[in-house]
Amino acid sequence: MINFDNVSITYTDTTTPVLQRTNLTVPEGDLCLVIGATGSGKSTLLKAINGLVPHFTGGTLQGRITVNGRDTATHRPRDLADVVGYVAQDPLSGFVTDSVEEELAYTMESLGVPPSVMRQRVEEVLDLLALSHLRNRAPRTLSGGERQRVAIGSVLTAHPRVIVLDEPTSALDPGAAEEVLAALQRLVHDLGLTIVLAEHRLERVLEFADSMIYLPGSGSPARIGSPEEIMDSSPIAPAVVRLARLAGWSPLPLSVRDARRHAQSLREEIALAPSSAAAGLPLQQERSIDVVDAEVRYGGTTAIAHVNLSASPSEVLAIMGRNGAGKSSLLGALAGARRLSQGSVRIDGVPPQSLRGQQLVRSVGMVPQEPMDLLTYTSVERECAQADNDAGVTHGHTAQLLALFAPEVSAHDHPRDLSEGQRLALALAIVLAGKPRVIVLDEPTRGLDYAMKTRLASHLRVLATAGHTVVLATHDVELVADVATRVVVLAEGLVVADGGVAEIVLASPIFAPQVAKVLAHGGLAEKGIPLTPESVADILVAR
Amino acid sequence: MTPRLHAAAWWLWALALAVTASRTTNPLLLLPITCVAAFVVAARRSSAPWGRAFGYFVKLGVVIIVIRTLFAVIFAGSSGGDVLWVLPVVPLPGWLSGITLGGSVSTQLVIGAFSAGLQLATILICVGAANSLASPARLLKSVPAALYELGVAVVVAITFAPQLISDLLRLRSVRKLRGRPTRGLHGLVAVTLPVIEGALSRSITLAAAMDARGYGRLGDRSSQLRYLTAGLLLLSLSMSVIGIYGFLDASAPLLLGLPLLVLGLAAGLSAVALGSRGTPRTRYRPDTWEWREWATVLSAMVPAVIVSLYSAWQPLLMSPTWQPLSWMVPPLLTLAAVLVAVLPAWVAPDESANTAKQLPQPALVQA
Repeated sequence: MINFDNVSITYTDTTTPVLQRTNLTVPEGDLCLVIGATGSGKSTLLKAINGLVPHFTGGTLQGRITVNGRDTATHRPRDLADVVGYVAQDPLSGFVTDSVEEELAYTMESLGVPPSVMRQRVEEVLDLLALSHLRNRAPRTLSGGERQRVAIGSVLTAHPRVIVLDEPTSALDPGAAEEVLAALQRLVHDLGLTIVLAEHRLERVLEFADSMIYLPGSGSPARIGSPEEIMDSSPIAPAVVRLARLAGWSPLPLSVRDARRHAQSLREEIALAPSSAAAGLPLQQERSIDVVDAEVRYGGTTAIAHVNLSASPSEVLAIMGRNGAGKSSLLGALAGARRLSQGSVRIDGVPPQSLRGQQLVRSVGMVPQEPMDLLTYTSVERECAQADNDAGVTHGHTAQLLALFAPEVSAHDHPRDLSEGQRLALALAIVLAGKPRVIVLDEPTRGLDYAMKTRLASHLRVLATAGHTVVLATHDVELVADVATRVVVLAEGLVVADGGVAEIVLASPIFAPQVAKVLAHGGLAEKGIPLTPESVADILVAR
Repeated sequence: MTPRLHAAAWWLWALALAVTASRTTNPLLLLPITCVAAFVVAARRSSAPWGRAFGYFVKLGVVIIVIRTLFAVIFAGSSGGDVLWVLPVVPLPGWLSGITLGGSVSTQLVIGAFSAGLQLATILICVGAANSLASPARLLKSVPAALYELGVAVVVAITFAPQLISDLLRLRSVRKLRGRPTRGLHGLVAVTLPVIEGALSRSITLAAAMDARGYGRLGDRSSQLRYLTAGLLLLSLSMSVIGIYGFLDASAPLLLGLPLLVLGLAAGLSAVALGSRGTPRTRYRPDTWEWREWATVLSAMVPAVIVSLYSAWQPLLMSPTWQPLSWMVPPLLTLAAVLVAVLPAWVAPDESANTAKQLPQPALVQA
């Protein structure tokens, strides 16, 4: 269905190609998963399938790409619209109309589908993706998972043979991600569609994949193979695969279900191990964060209400909850960027809203969801110098911090040209320049690959040990299992749960990390189940 | 889907009201026009985000009136009439001849400037009403497929402005996190570049998304036909612009406006007809044009015609010079005609019921 024949793609302002001499074939009816580190060319590969590269992005394409027999060099994206449906990373940026129903019909209108057929297909897709109760809503007002489903539906109505998705679940909470993946799987099974999707969160999608493309990056050609073949050697692997490698299971299990068949002996080993760890940190009396009955409103809607929360130094507090549950508002209030309509927020006894300039920078620092928002200068060097100024520290301090997180970043780079992970590192360095007592991170792992996530996690642990309080909002269960000491769950602006990581995360199968699901014996509520492959390794070493 | 009024009907209704406003500077006639627009918007605006546009337009209108009046007072010169006060005249360099800073301010000058500002504000408010009642995006559905570039440009422009504002607000709150000033000129300048960069890159994403979804697919059209279409379109646009100017500016001869407008429209229609040949585009649930649409458009045509006739017949009443100073009550017939335009508040179907009841339905909490 999709054929890459000796394809190399080079963007105009660079000399090294993003993709080099790539040969691959995706057969009809496959769900093909594209993996690779950030900046390895996943998005380029996806956009090349429907001709957005090079028709819209510029650059040169060598070799030949054919989709359903059409050459993308001679067919523009609009000429491929009836064959390939493309769902961008941020579906909101691609919505054209003001209602879900019209959005679903948009592609068909362009293709000239007769009106009676259009009406029928819109109804079918509304049912297929469970969207019918949203048909008159404006796409802008929908939640993340709903938007993603509308974006998928809007390409589906045109009956394409191929659907291409760029990180469809990265920004979604675990529940919404499951909705989207269930919808995709149904399309592959029922309609025989070919699906190509790129994703960092392998733990969510790996078990659905029929084939995989691995992009090693830095100009090496891509590899294509069955999930088992690729996972056997890939440095990018989800928790379940890392656990399996650790335990030496063969054949390599890709899903929790497969892994559980191998897990019996490992379970026994762990049960015999002395349960030394998992005692947790002794509770400190000192409070660095004190939130009392806080409420944040926007216009007529209440983002958070009656939130009571406190945290001590050295705690890593994870805030979880559905998209739109009020996580960002709570973080904004902690950082002093959101005005409270009721209640109080105190950082070390002082409301952050009342702080200005250096005082604020030294009390609380926040890395926003989009790190780029924090970066306003044209070079990394100026960005760092300004951060030194803002925090009132010696010149070069921020640059040193940055070198710690991302040594490869050059001082003359433009922040916009950095990769997602490098931008996050720069933003983190800027925030840490003021040595704030409280560090707040809003969805830090969106768009990060496993290697970067591991680096981030170890930095956060170091910060916590040094006495900072770290608060992070995230959907990433594996990260929470790895670094957090406490979890707070928000729903509809209210705190619905607050407690230790194991206690909260194991309370529901949606939040439970893969390792816990594999090793649980008589249900998730058991005491002392390890949550990450690393803690399993520690236990085995301790024996 | 509940019925709704054709987007073009709302725009024609609003434009006819704007034409009415352009024919008079009498505040006693302009204020009723604003009230009619406001009443219809209050009764029939949609609950979608753009439904709130009217409020912004009203605020903008107030700003225009204030600026227009202030400028008249500052650059008064030597106006005749009942002098209120005299400002010292500041000598300006020679290359600014024709503008006088300061001077004697008369009642007539202030009232005249206020009325002119009010006229402009009323025209703007009419456009705001159209924006609130039917989104420009819905109007775009009726744009012929031939105008590919125009369609992309309009869609991008429509999404550009609101995104620019939301980006600006977000960046300012984030700037505060770095302990920087957010207010004042300095704060504004520092966020401007990133905001514009972000909005531009998002506009390109949107255009790419439209392309990827087949927007602007063409049948087999020769390049000559494309050039001919583009040329005709350009000609039509320039003629229409001059025509509308001639038509709306009461001081320009009607003979300049009308023929050029008609010619421009004809050129545009033929360009569209030429360009649409062979394009495969179809419409999903197109808005239908029935008696409600006719009633809406005609209800605003009534004041447009009557006020235009009166302004030709009794220019002093419709555009008073306020000399001598007295109340210039417009003829009862014109007031009654303006009131006719309130008809759509009952004729048009109520759209606000469309989306209001569709609240998000949260799934059960799992925690």
